[in-house]
Amino acid sequence: MKTGNRASVRGDDFRNSPPVDYVGIVERAERFTARSIKSITKRAGLNMVLNMIDLTTLEGADTPNKVRQLCYKAEHLHDSIPGLPTTAAVCVFPPFVKTARDALGDKSPVKIASVATYFPSGHTTLKSKLEETKRAVSDGADEVDMVISRGRFLSGDYNYVFDEIAAVKEACGDARLKVILETGELATLDNVRRASDIAIHAGGDFIKTSTGKIASAATIPVTLVMLLAIRDHYAKTGKMVGMKPAGGISKSKLALHYLVMVKETLGEKWLTNQWFRFGASSLANDVLMQVAKLESGHYQAAQYFSKD
Amino acid sequence: MAKKKSSSDWEYASAPETTAVNIAKRYDHFINGKWTTPSNKKYFATTSPSTGRKLSEVAEGSKKDVDTAVKAARVAYNGAWGKMSGRERGKYIYRIARLIQERAREFAIIETMDGGKPIRESRDIDIPLAANHFFYNAGWADKLEYAFPNMPVKSLGVAGQVIPWNFPFLMAAWKIAPALATGNTVVLKPAETTPLTALKLAEVIADAGLPDGVVNIVTGAGETGAAIVNHPDVDKVAFTGSTGVGKLIQKSVAGTDKKITLELGGKAANIILEDAPIDQAVEGVVNGIYFNQGHVCCAGSRLFVQENIYDEVMWKLKQRMDTLVIGDPLDKNTDVGAINSKEQLRTIKRYIKQGLKGGADMYQPECDLPIKGNWFPPTVFTNVAQSSIIAKEEIFGPVLAVQTFRTVSEVIEKANNTPYGLSAGVWCDKGSRLFQVAGALDAGVVWGNTFNKFDPTSPFGGFKESGYGREGGLHGLGAYLDLPL
Amino acid sequence: MKRIEVLKTYKLYIGGKFPRTESGRYYTPEGRGGKALGNICQGSRKDFRNAVVAARAAAGGWGKRDPFNRSQILYRIAEMLEGRAAQFEDELKQQGSTTAAARKEVQVAVDQCIYYAGWCDKYQQTFSSVNPVASAHFNFSVYQPMGVVAVFAPEKSALAGLLGTILPIIAGGNACVVLASESKPLCAITLAEVLATSDLTGGVINILTGNRDELLDNVSTHMDVNAVVASDLTDAHKATIKANATHNLKRVIIRKEDPAKSESPYPILATQEIKTTWHPIESSIAAGSGY
Repeated sequence: MKTGNRASVRGDDFRNSPPVDYVGIVERAERFTARSIKSITKRAGLNMVLNMIDLTTLEGADTPNKVRQLCYKAEHLHDSIPGLPTTAAVCVFPPFVKTARDALGDKSPVKIASVATYFPSGHTTLKSKLEETKRAVSDGADEVDMVISRGRFLSGDYNYVFDEIAAVKEACGDARLKVILETGELATLDNVRRASDIAIHAGGDFIKTSTGKIASAATIPVTLVMLLAIRDHYAKTGKMVGMKPAGGISKSKLALHYLVMVKETLGEKWLTNQWFRFGASSLANDVLMQVAKLESGHYQAAQYFSKD
Repeated sequence: MAKKKSSSDWEYASAPETTAVNIAKRYDHFINGKWTTPSNKKYFATTSPSTGRKLSEVAEGSKKDVDTAVKAARVAYNGAWGKMSGRERGKYIYRIARLIQERAREFAIIETMDGGKPIRESRDIDIPLAANHFFYNAGWADKLEYAFPNMPVKSLGVAGQVIPWNFPFLMAAWKIAPALATGNTVVLKPAETTPLTALKLAEVIADAGLPDGVVNIVTGAGETGAAIVNHPDVDKVAFTGSTGVGKLIQKSVAGTDKKITLELGGKAANIILEDAPIDQAVEGVVNGIYFNQGHVCCAGSRLFVQENIYDEVMWKLKQRMDTLVIGDPLDKNTDVGAINSKEQLRTIKRYIKQGLKGGADMYQPECDLPIKGNWFPPTVFTNVAQSSIIAKEEIFGPVLAVQTFRTVSEVIEKANNTPYGLSAGVWCDKGSRLFQVAGALDAGVVWGNTFNKFDPTSPFGGFKESGYGREGGLHGLGAYLDLPL
Repeated sequence: MKRIEVLKTYKLYIGGKFPRTESGRYYTPEGRGGKALGNICQGSRKDFRNAVVAARAAAGGWGKRDPFNRSQILYRIAEMLEGRAAQFEDELKQQGSTTAAARKEVQVAVDQCIYYAGWCDKYQQTFSSVNPVASAHFNFSVYQPMGVVAVFAPEKSALAGLLGTILPIIAGGNACVVLASESKPLCAITLAEVLATSDLTGGVINILTGNRDELLDNVSTHMDVNAVVASDLTDAHKATIKANATHNLKRVIIRKEDPAKSESPYPILATQEIKTTWHPIESSIAAGSGY
């Protein structure tokens, strides 16, 4: 795929990431949400959504039992409906990685993702971040969700942010690295684009919107900006990078609109859990209710779906 | 980014708009508040361009019918409407706006059935915008003395209005709302291929209880339009359509004191500078030329791309074109609908032939077009010369001609190198440069980092051979007032 | 011994220069008491063509000048006019005015320069608009000069009417080609001399003398003329101009009021196009408030 000599115009200097027009992004986002997803498309889409979920618990009050329940749910979303997929992964704090590995065993299709690097603030030394990352991986994490240093980013220290991501990536070894930009703290879509470029160039396997710990989490416009960064990188290098919107996606209709966006921005190739994930806790149940409605014809009530 | 589609792809299932609509088998003229049979008893069919199916038949307006309508409009002007206060006039116009909102879904479906445009557009753009035009102008009716300070507020009389088929309902609103707000009465003729929503508007006007004869709607083809334009008791002619017909109209009324406004053709330049937000620019290009199948006078039909970003823009544009859904206009997922008429389809095909013959390269996304009806895929021509026909003439279809440039002064010169001057677009991240280019473009509407945006408060109209006079906004009121110079 | 008066040669004014008509023709209008006013150039279609070229060349620069600067230049014209008051009065009398009427007309003419000088940097402010569109866009409409305007000057009011027609056109940044009053051409030619020594760029105002009937077609069909402003037209002239204007859709502005008597910004707006510009506005994004 030809991309012209854009690089010679802007180079890979992160101060020169391509500009983003906020209103244009929002308008494009509205076109995705205007798509009407019906019948077989809806059913196939809902299955895809379930299979893309990183079923998440990231609470101070988490316990091993809570994590074990989560792992069971990830593999058995709703046993009364046959043919449901598992979720893509469970996502937990580092101390619970071992618990999750014990619960899922080595053959489960469900991956174990662990947040690391002093999630959610990231305020510690690089040394601590690397130690935490290594421990999570050696405890059995398949994937590491790190946070970038937003303070350093906002003060313009892009090289620091880049180097830190690269170091964590190295510490991950074979585990896949998801880089959380915490877009709600980045203030502008231009910054979201710039942070995406940095994370991708530094070796992130996925870029991820949010920790879910602040009010402003994943939105369609923010995710679109990140998808466009992924697309531009793919066009230049042929290297695929994954995307994980997280936080604020709790309804199946919204999740389907994310799939529309991925399909129309990156193409069908990204419509698998290898390249696209939802970071969510309550989304799974809403999707299950929709699936049950499609199967039974009846609108559903929450009491029939397990709250884990 | 894969272009080839496979059976495992997650494709959108059809999602047709289903609300029932009420279309009569036959429509008469709406004259003097009554449905009036045509004097020659002749009717003609209006068909759906997406299926070829006949939807209804409408009256063929004769000179005599037009005369009856103008007389009714004159009586209303001299009578109830002319004597009414601006405040009361405004209330009637507000009523029309509300009634349109209440019946918006029905209007959207009929507009899409009769004209072929995607339901997404008629539902989200045409119909709400039309209602907004009535709302906006209604509020002017009792405030006209503030619009043109130190000028007497004086209406013109009977306005004869001839509108096109690309935005049938919206154009009716653009024309009728300011005419009524300024105290004129109206004889309006919708285009012969898209008469239905104007006739549904007649129902609304009747429901709103406007005095008889204030708005008259006469259907027919070119001759009916000519009869309105040339009627000696018409004081104001407002026309939207082709530059060719616009010129004929001006010529035919040259010997009279009729006030004219003409909204005519265009060949808008859409300019992408090297520092532009490219993905949004590409989206603007797509909206600029494939909106309403390119049946848009202000369509961005000429794309100018700075040479050093040309490759990137083109692959992004083609990729975006590949995602456009073409087909049943009533499907909520359709992005590009049917070509409005067989005649227009022939015109487009003729230009395509000329483009290819001229040596330009053509790209069209792979798509299965329906067998029945009038269809043409989104098309882009590259390697186009400034002097080639596809870069010069208005095609009025989903056909984009791309050229490159090296410097800002070069692109301004090329962009202005046309007799048209309706609209233009410029994409640039640097404010000082964007406003330099916007200022230098000979066009009545310039979209900076956006395209094809419309609003009742925003004056619309062209420079040069794209016509004269403005519609919309404060300035649009001037077209319907007698302002002495 | 009685001194022999030096008589004036009357010429055209094109592009800041004073050429004779290329056609070599002249006519001799009669003034007060049937006395010949002089040999006046009978401008031809080629003179008109040359004048349009000069006007087009000047229009761009004139239209881009700061309105403040245009204002000063119009004010300078008033100063120069005032200094030549006696000459203008004398010519008006030669053309048939009474002494009182001549004096009055010159005063009106000077005052019109002041009036329109003041408007140069105010009509935009008064009549432009910011349009409150219902979307996240900044939208504004401004006036822009049409470019080259051809003028059929009032036949009767040879100075005040002439200036009352031209000034609004150039105040708005257009260039013009004027066909002066056929029967009363003297003031127009003297005005050209005033303009030539003012700060006005050559070509912004071009003045021809000649026959209206003869030039009507050429003026109204010329494809590089953006607008025609005319006074004192017969119905036949009006119809011809409007019909001919369709070739390039040039704007036709028929002055209904006497330009000598009506001071108003609206004649400025009559030779302006309205340009509406849209630009997105990024919503203010406070941290944590979402996109």
